[in-house]
Amino acid sequence: MTDMQFIKKDILDMESLSAEDITLILDTAEKMKEISDRPIKKVPTLRGRTVVLFFYEASTRTRTSFDIAAKRLSADSISISASTSSMVKGETLIDTARNLEAMNSDVIVIRHSSSGAANMLAKCLKASVINAGDGTHAHPSQALLDIMTVREKKGSLEGLRIAIIGDVSHSRVARSNIAGFTKMGAEVVLAGPPTMMPAGIETMGASVTYHIEEAIRGADVIMMLRIQKERQKSFLFSGEREYARVYGLNRERLKHAKKDVLIMHPGPVNRGVEISPDVADGPYSVILDQVNNGVAVRMALLYLVSGGARNADSD
Amino acid sequence: MRILIKGGKVIDPGRYDGIADILIENGKILEIGPDLGSRLSALGSRYSEPGTQCPAPSTQHPVPSTQHPVPSTQYPEPRIIDASGKIVVPGLIDMHVHLREPGHEYKETIESGCRAAVHGGFTAICPMPNTDPVNDNGAITAYILKKAQEANTARVCPVAAVSKGLEGKGLCEYGELKDAGAVALSDDGRPVMNSQLMRRALEYAKGFGMLVISHCEDLELAGSGVMNEGAFATRMGLHGIPNAAESVMVMRDIALCELTRSRLHIAHVSTKESVEAIRAAKKRGASVTAETAPHYFTLTEDAVGEYDTHAKMNPPLRSAADREAVLEGLADGTLDVIATDHAPHSSLEKEVEFDHAANGIIGLETSLSLSLRLVEKGILSLSSLVEKMAINPARILGLEKSLTPGSAADITLIDPDFGYTADACKFQSRSRNTPFDGWEMKGRAILTMVGGVIVFEV
Repeated sequence: MTDMQFIKKDILDMESLSAEDITLILDTAEKMKEISDRPIKKVPTLRGRTVVLFFYEASTRTRTSFDIAAKRLSADSISISASTSSMVKGETLIDTARNLEAMNSDVIVIRHSSSGAANMLAKCLKASVINAGDGTHAHPSQALLDIMTVREKKGSLEGLRIAIIGDVSHSRVARSNIAGFTKMGAEVVLAGPPTMMPAGIETMGASVTYHIEEAIRGADVIMMLRIQKERQKSFLFSGEREYARVYGLNRERLKHAKKDVLIMHPGPVNRGVEISPDVADGPYSVILDQVNNGVAVRMALLYLVSGGARNADSD
Repeated sequence: MRILIKGGKVIDPGRYDGIADILIENGKILEIGPDLGSRLSALGSRYSEPGTQCPAPSTQHPVPSTQHPVPSTQYPEPRIIDASGKIVVPGLIDMHVHLREPGHEYKETIESGCRAAVHGGFTAICPMPNTDPVNDNGAITAYILKKAQEANTARVCPVAAVSKGLEGKGLCEYGELKDAGAVALSDDGRPVMNSQLMRRALEYAKGFGMLVISHCEDLELAGSGVMNEGAFATRMGLHGIPNAAESVMVMRDIALCELTRSRLHIAHVSTKESVEAIRAAKKRGASVTAETAPHYFTLTEDAVGEYDTHAKMNPPLRSAADREAVLEGLADGTLDVIATDHAPHSSLEKEVEFDHAANGIIGLETSLSLSLRLVEKGILSLSSLVEKMAINPARILGLEKSLTPGSAADITLIDPDFGYTADACKFQSRSRNTPFDGWEMKGRAILTMVGGVIVFEV
């Protein structure tokens, strides 16, 4: 593996990673990716390490992806969900986490519905903490796999125009991607109804438009965000029919984009709402490449926070 | 028992401002004037006649009494408190605190809260009714007063509920509450969303001469918000509470105050728009008063930092522009009162996810030091600070508070140069939830006297 030093204990958000850190993680991930193509998809790199997957919010993709990543590196991975943990008995998050640490866990991967949950654990634990999505705050491993996918297809993010469309206000993926994409030199434009654009989002370095065509025009990458039906109850939109008509991505709208546009979606996809099925499954879609790169990025993160090359050498 | 507070700078706004002695006897102020010490023998145990209460210094002809000591049986030697270089003010009042008793004694008791109060220089405090059970009937009010009497430190002036159980559905029995000793009415923490109920509460309270204190918050607009709405909240992924969640209710309540011609006091003002609405209402002659808390004029939303739950309160810490407007409101008199909204919470409520953390911070033991910064910065004169922390709350609540001879000796001695580091572990409050832990402070209360009894001394 690479000999570069990575000294971060935790991966909490994209803001705390430099462009160099991101490049190192992606370079590492590209090497990791090759392991997954082998017939025997396992290396002994993290043998004897314990990785706890601490998931307080429903997740299929991210949890499975981290689990596979840990196993491919030979770490012992244990999954805990909110319903099976002592949280249901009233134990606090910090207490549960301290107990897990007392069992000598090396890395704690946490998914939680409250923003800042990962920061809170990182502050009080000696174990490494990887944020697998906290509230509407951050989802760094998702942003890293998205950047990896774009870099793979386009060579570099420098100067690319990336449109992120949908409910930005409830999206940790959008926040982490704005931070990540702009750090790597891309221009990010956000589109969606004004109700879904959180106050001051432009201070993160993205521009905002309420017209999807404007965002798509000249875009190299279009990322669609999932629209959750229950947001109608808080009056964020009038209904799926109008949303699909005004803000949905379809073949017609795609004409405004560049010829070699990439269509991305962090999943799970609401087919027929934010994206039409033909576009989701069409030639520009890299949705499954994202998932594939997810395992590689998470292998890289587990490896790097565990001490990277130094420990691998001593193994 | 006589006490002589000697040589302090006495500030009793509108009545006294200068170096003077204060002689206290049997819990009351007997005399105030320059150099009383030298003529103690001449000062009888009867109060002076009106007109001699605030004598001009030039008319004084001190009689040397040291050579002719008065027999101790008649006038025992007073305890002398040297107040030179110190500031002597009417006892401070915090008209907005939460004492958590009955119901949540692990956070605070009436006893610990009163102890915190006198350590912070407060001689009287007004606990809000959101206890468990709620202070919405005479029995609970009486219980609170009994506990306060047992604690025997600060005076406790309970605020009772506007609506039964703070549920916003029916009026409490204001007559019974008043008879039991409640000084005002508020559904603090559970704003009265029903405008008709608020209108009737204002009218009904007027019949008893009672004040309604409004916690102005539109719960629907505040929604699931946990901090000020804006770029900071967006970056942190925290749901925001817009300024309008407060100001639309400030404007509604002012409209209802003008409609009913009742008195209204607006609690914990945090936004620019609220300050402007109150300023305009006062200009129109509405009988509205308002308070803000030290954290709103000291901190901004930036204090949330990396999800610090000690910076989570309701209303939330706002932007720098709001903080500036609050300071202007204090300076021009739009905001009449500094009150802490002392809200004790244990680590159970604070060492949790930011979304789940309880709102509020303790304030009794940091309020005066933080407020003195405003004097240091020239935003308030010492005299107007005393107005906002003693005189105005007393006037608004109809309590007695001055250094006039004959009045109860509720006095706070302030050392404006007392430097110290705030240490939450040493606080008298049962709770430690303060963002000011570790702050370098200058100036604090060094002696607190309630009814002539020294209840706290550094």
